[in-house]
Amino acid sequence: MDTTKERVSPPRQRMQLSWTDPRFRGLVWQVVVVGLVAGIIAWLWRNTVHNLDTRHISTGFGFLSREAGMPIADALIAYRPSDTYLRALIVGVLNTLRVAVIGVVLATILGTLIGIARLSKNWLLAKLAAIYVETLRDLPLLLQLLAWYVLLQGLPPGRQALHPVAGVYLSNRGLILPTIAWLPDHALVLLACVIGAAATWMVRRAALARQMRDGQPRRVWPVALLLIIGFPAGVSAALGVPWAVNWPELRGFNFAGGTVLSPEYVALLLALTTYTAAFIAEIVRAGILSVSTGQWEAGGALGLRRGLALRLIVLPQALRVIIPPLTSQYLNLTKNSSLAVAIGYQDIVSIANTTLNQTGQAIEGIALIMAVFLAISLSISFSMNWYNARIALAER
Amino acid sequence: MSDTARIAIGTSVAGVPEAAPRGPRAAPTGLFGWVRANLFSSWLSGAITLILLFLILRAFLGILQWGFLNAIWWVPDSQTQACRALRGVGACWAVVTEKHRFILFGTYPFEEQWRPALAILIFIGLFAASAMRRFWRKELILIWLGALTAIGVLMWGGVLGLSFVPQERWGGLAVTLILATFGLAFGFPLGTVVALGRRSNLPAIKAMCVMYVELIRGVPLVSLLFMASVMFPLFLPDGINIDKLLRAQVAIILFAGAYLAEVVRGGLQALPKGQAEGADALGLSYWQKTALIVLPQALRLVIPPLVNTFIGFFKDTSLVLIIGIFDLLTAAKTAIVEPAWQGFSLEVYIVVGIIYFAFCFAMSRYSQRLETELNRSTRH
Repeated sequence: MDTTKERVSPPRQRMQLSWTDPRFRGLVWQVVVVGLVAGIIAWLWRNTVHNLDTRHISTGFGFLSREAGMPIADALIAYRPSDTYLRALIVGVLNTLRVAVIGVVLATILGTLIGIARLSKNWLLAKLAAIYVETLRDLPLLLQLLAWYVLLQGLPPGRQALHPVAGVYLSNRGLILPTIAWLPDHALVLLACVIGAAATWMVRRAALARQMRDGQPRRVWPVALLLIIGFPAGVSAALGVPWAVNWPELRGFNFAGGTVLSPEYVALLLALTTYTAAFIAEIVRAGILSVSTGQWEAGGALGLRRGLALRLIVLPQALRVIIPPLTSQYLNLTKNSSLAVAIGYQDIVSIANTTLNQTGQAIEGIALIMAVFLAISLSISFSMNWYNARIALAER
Repeated sequence: MSDTARIAIGTSVAGVPEAAPRGPRAAPTGLFGWVRANLFSSWLSGAITLILLFLILRAFLGILQWGFLNAIWWVPDSQTQACRALRGVGACWAVVTEKHRFILFGTYPFEEQWRPALAILIFIGLFAASAMRRFWRKELILIWLGALTAIGVLMWGGVLGLSFVPQERWGGLAVTLILATFGLAFGFPLGTVVALGRRSNLPAIKAMCVMYVELIRGVPLVSLLFMASVMFPLFLPDGINIDKLLRAQVAIILFAGAYLAEVVRGGLQALPKGQAEGADALGLSYWQKTALIVLPQALRLVIPPLVNTFIGFFKDTSLVLIIGIFDLLTAAKTAIVEPAWQGFSLEVYIVVGIIYFAFCFAMSRYSQRLETELNRSTRH
């Protein structure tokens, strides 16, 4: 061991160059471990460069501007196979986000309902919810995904499509939903909605401030209704914006109009939602159980109705227990969306995988997948941590 | 409240006619009372019960018809016309009867399939022994080493008169168990070291451990498996070619290590600081302190979450399907590729699901029981 290296950081108290000085020992350990790891990485790197040379693969992200030539069935933005790899990868990221965001919302709703059902006084409902949680948690997600996909492919073809509600068709082509024909004027109505929501928030703050002064609670919801629904409706009427619904209908063997959610997308969404909901249900149940019954009773003693006690006393305390594990479930759902590759839904992993098979740019492809998922994971944790900090108990 | 007291209160209110003395409502007893209290306590509850009963009955009848009454259990020589004639009104369990050896053992040589079968039994015995608290001592490590060696000998062969079977021919449940168990056996020590490193006060070591854990936990297992299948060959010098199964196993170990590190770190953090300080006061070195005082207590605290993490890995090993390794799920999916059997995947998935469920459910029940037991013994 070369001891001259260790002297670079000047110690405040002279470090003894002997094994009995813990600081010296710590420094030696770190140098040894870092050196070992750096050595292994350097060795792997040298091998990689050599292997890439012999296979005539050039490194770098230059391939991104080349033509992808890869067909993508589900694309949120305009995409043709003659577009670049970069555009294909963006389509993939959007597909991942499309399944993750909607999956998180649906799983939260379903999970909360099942978690509450498990605490129900109705024995049958509670038992069924428990069976749901136990079964779904103990089966691999990939198996569930494949089973959902098989079930969806077993649906009748377009002509005999299931037709549960007007305008909604379910066939082996996927789920067909009606849409609203989008016009530029609709953006103004949406803007009115946003303005209405912002105004509601300010009205609510003012009402709360006045309640703090005189103790009189004020009704906010009529104003909110007027601002969020009435104002945009008024804008729409004043501008004369048409709201044409694009109903899907069967023409020949296929559907025209509406929007088609592919069986791959629906299967992935169903599998992710139902699987994650089982975990969320347990989190919600634990959160509600963590608030002692004394809190309910104290709310009752203050004259609060059960709903108000839930909203003002129990829920804020339960949320503090619920939010941190819920965050990791959201992260899990997002990461699990990468199973899409098994059924051929083209998310970022699937498209990056095709890219690296076509170009041989294995390192860049894997690096892109990791970068995208790290970015998504970090933004979810960041926003959930921010929310968690907001609702955290203000301790003195 | 005694009767006289109640009457005294009743008469003390002037002008109010005395109501009949009211006791608490009699608690419902017997079957009728139970049904009333738990299924029909209110109008809403009663309506929910009736709707659920209706749905359960319909589902039950549907499953009975599809799975049993209309099902076909056996067909001669892959002649699946009878199954096809059902057109989905009944299950074709014949696919399982025909392919069960393939689903369980993959392409392992047919007459040698007792070897993976025995390996599966050793695995189950190993789990059962590890679950019993009277085996929780140092000798357990020796048992594990012995069992894993025996499984290796059984699967590979080439010694003791067993014929050699290359890894490419392994498959089915044995591979699933190998991936999960070796993942734990190597991932657990790795995770423990990383967890200790993350709590170390040596900045360089701490930074490396944090980076490892956060990087692995931030990306999906699928991407690690892809990395194992396409990047590992690039990392190695010419001439050295490691097997696909081993590469996937390395990815799973790295993945397991990061998650287990966080579980172990939870235990290290939950341990009162006084324990480490006590060890310091006795003049123990870092390694003595860690091995004799800190780890035994910290690990005991995290056994239930460790079991839960293990359930997760057991399920996650199915992801190797994506890179084409022959585990239980891949074998099941491959079993129905043959044209005669195409279209009966649901039956195969149900059977494979039951196998996965049996393992995971046993572990999760065990973890729950353990949690209550450990809580009971620590609560005084």
